[in-house]
Amino acid sequence: MSSILVPERGWFRAPAGHEKIWIGLALSWCLVLTVMMPYWHFRGKQNSRGEAYAVVPTEFAARVDRFIAANKVGESNGVPIVEPAPGGDAFVLARMWSWNPILKLRKGETYRVHLSSLDLQHGFSLQPLNMNFQVMPGYDHVLTLTPTSAGSFTIVCNEFCGIGHSNMIGHIIVE
Amino acid sequence: MSAIVQTLVDGTKKILNPGRVCATTGLSVCRTAQQFIKLNAVSAVVFLLIGGVAALLLALTRWQTVHLLNAEWFYRIVTLHGLNMLIFWILFMEVAILYFCCTTPLNSKLFSKKVAWVSFGMMLTGALMVDYIILQGQADVMMTSYLPLLAHPLFYLGIILVAVGTLIGVFNFFATLYIAKRDKTYEGSVPLVTFGATAAAIIAVVTLLHGAIVMIPTFTYSMGWTPQPDPMWYRLIWWGLGHQSQQVNVCAMVSVWYFLASVTTGARPLNEAVCRTAFVLYVLFINLASAHHLLVDPGIGATWKIWNTSYAMYLAVLASMIHGFTVPASVEVAMREKGYVRGLFGWLTSAPWGNPGFSGFFLSLVIFGFGGGITGVTLGTQQINIIAHNTLRIPGHFHVTVVGGTTLSFMALAFYVIPLIFEKDFIWRKAARLQPYLFGIGIVMLAVGMSFAGSMGVPRRSWDIDVAGVYGPAAHLMLGFVGVGGIIAFVGLLLFVLLCVGTLFFGKSTKGRAMTDWGVAKAPAGVAVTRLEEHDLSATKGTFAMVLIFLACFAVYYFANWKALADVWPVR
Ligand code: HEM
Ligand SMILES: [Cu+2]
Ligand SMILES: [Cu+2]
Repeated sequence: MSSILVPERGWFRAPAGHEKIWIGLALSWCLVLTVMMPYWHFRGKQNSRGEAYAVVPTEFAARVDRFIAANKVGESNGVPIVEPAPGGDAFVLARMWSWNPILKLRKGETYRVHLSSLDLQHGFSLQPLNMNFQVMPGYDHVLTLTPTSAGSFTIVCNEFCGIGHSNMIGHIIVE
Repeated sequence: MSAIVQTLVDGTKKILNPGRVCATTGLSVCRTAQQFIKLNAVSAVVFLLIGGVAALLLALTRWQTVHLLNAEWFYRIVTLHGLNMLIFWILFMEVAILYFCCTTPLNSKLFSKKVAWVSFGMMLTGALMVDYIILQGQADVMMTSYLPLLAHPLFYLGIILVAVGTLIGVFNFFATLYIAKRDKTYEGSVPLVTFGATAAAIIAVVTLLHGAIVMIPTFTYSMGWTPQPDPMWYRLIWWGLGHQSQQVNVCAMVSVWYFLASVTTGARPLNEAVCRTAFVLYVLFINLASAHHLLVDPGIGATWKIWNTSYAMYLAVLASMIHGFTVPASVEVAMREKGYVRGLFGWLTSAPWGNPGFSGFFLSLVIFGFGGGITGVTLGTQQINIIAHNTLRIPGHFHVTVVGGTTLSFMALAFYVIPLIFEKDFIWRKAARLQPYLFGIGIVMLAVGMSFAGSMGVPRRSWDIDVAGVYGPAAHLMLGFVGVGGIIAFVGLLLFVLLCVGTLFFGKSTKGRAMTDWGVAKAPAGVAVTRLEEHDLSATKGTFAMVLIFLACFAVYYFANWKALADVWPVR
């Protein structure tokens, strides 16, 4: 009878009435939810495939340095501004508590942006778009990114990384 | 005082339970179980208070205009809050609930007092170790303690102790189920709440094993004995603990809903088979759900992410949607049977809203369903996670699941546990009737503030958002909601703690008499109670209307988020 008492014999029966209709509706909705993801994977433009390569953190930092040396176009408050070739690779190194370098990208071009960390985990949170990706030491996380709006964008760290976490701000410029 | 005596078929009498008979319900209560329900529940409330004070400090710091704590203490207190609330308050309460569900409804005694002591001792020691080391400033790593962040070894050891202690308690639960079956203390199938508790216990075992797998090598690493585990591996296994434990909470909460629905309105499960199948779905389909914490992580492919999100999740979602119908429907049927048949919602408006056991449970149901469920599925959708990961939307979501849902239902339960198990009538009964509303409203406001701030990109676990220079007045206003909602919720929480503690000291004893009724639903004088059946469409039409509204809200929120996602830069 009650949920704290042993059920009456013969309790095992099929659902009926509104309950049955609801189970059907709920199940159909769950199927919609399930289908949406593969659908978006093939048809949608925003996906997180998790493309990544193992990398030694210091080796990644060296790549970033080479990338900066080869493509530097300016400086802002001591942080290099770097313009990668359209369609090419771009590198951003996260460390406590900075993002290096500042990328300068062109609207409508596609870039392979490599993200990794020299020390702890960090969070790549691009504002004001609000696009978020995890940055891990030892993993070269590649985002194939196409800026479709111009302006100055801010990278906020959104994975806790020690006392200076909230000061860990970077930039991307799109022209 | 008397023992339960059963007359067997051959005429011999058998003493089943050396416990007492509850004067309110006529059910038997095992004294050992009662003792440990008390110990665990009291510890739970102490940790709730610690976590609550921490919560107030956090809310007042995230409210950017107040910005109370400095950075160091903010992160320390986030760590303290997460662990004391999500782990200690919830686990101690759950062990208490498990001990109840395997004894009284089955008319059985607890398997072992010694085992219960070992479990309780380990959990308490572990929890105190963790709190001590956090407050010493040796573990500013958040409850997730993501490697390569490293805390003092005592932190990991404490967590391991809590996990193993809980496992031992869960073992005591299973052993009790076994002896109850063996000694035939009940006939037929176990009651629904016990079934739900069993589902919770099964998931808890899997969960806690993940905890052991990830915490032990991290502990040995912190001691310098072994190399550092891979941080990505750590995330994967940690969320096997972190996410599945939420399913334990859901199972426990749903069992509490069924329990309180029965106790406050006389509801019976509409269809036992459906309710039980839904619990089985939780057990079967939650095992891979750690995926939706890793949706924007490197090194994990889209196929794995999509498969694990949908396969593991949506049938568990189905289960929740089923409970979300059957629980209110059972209340509706019970109320209509008592003659409250007016219109679609007459049964609901005539429900015992002044009874904190009922209001707490029903608010928990609504907040969990409309708030937690809809946001959880949406944020946990593989691609939508791109616009949500690690923003305040995430705490916005789980403060309406594990706080507005689970915590509120556990609070509501206390309004019955204390009179029935501690045998004390509540003091300040008017304040008690207000408590669920206060806490519920505060949490909803907090969560709304967090969710909207998160949609504007405000990160979680961040001491200050002004350095970034990208968040405008709207985001600050939403953080104001977090602050004000946080204060209201804190007052509700403090009131709850004061009510419980005050009642333990000053409440009138209920020994040998029924507890003072909070006001359970009764048929009005002169109305004959009829019995309605599940297939009778007019018996559940109000609930059906409610779930249709729910589905519409769900669809709107879900597709609005796809739309928002479509507006950001293409990314692969
Ligand atoms: C008075 C009630 C509560 C208030 C005002 C409150 C407030 C908060 C705030 C402001 C944060 C920090 C969000 C951030 O900056 O990332 C937070 C985090 C959190 N809260 Fe609560 N909370 C309350 C109750 C609870 C309860 C009862 C639970 C669990 C059962 C809970 C679980 C958590 C967890 C797991 C976190 C995340 C910690 C982390 O990021 O490591 N909260 N809460
Ligand atoms: Cu960082
Ligand atoms: Cu950070």
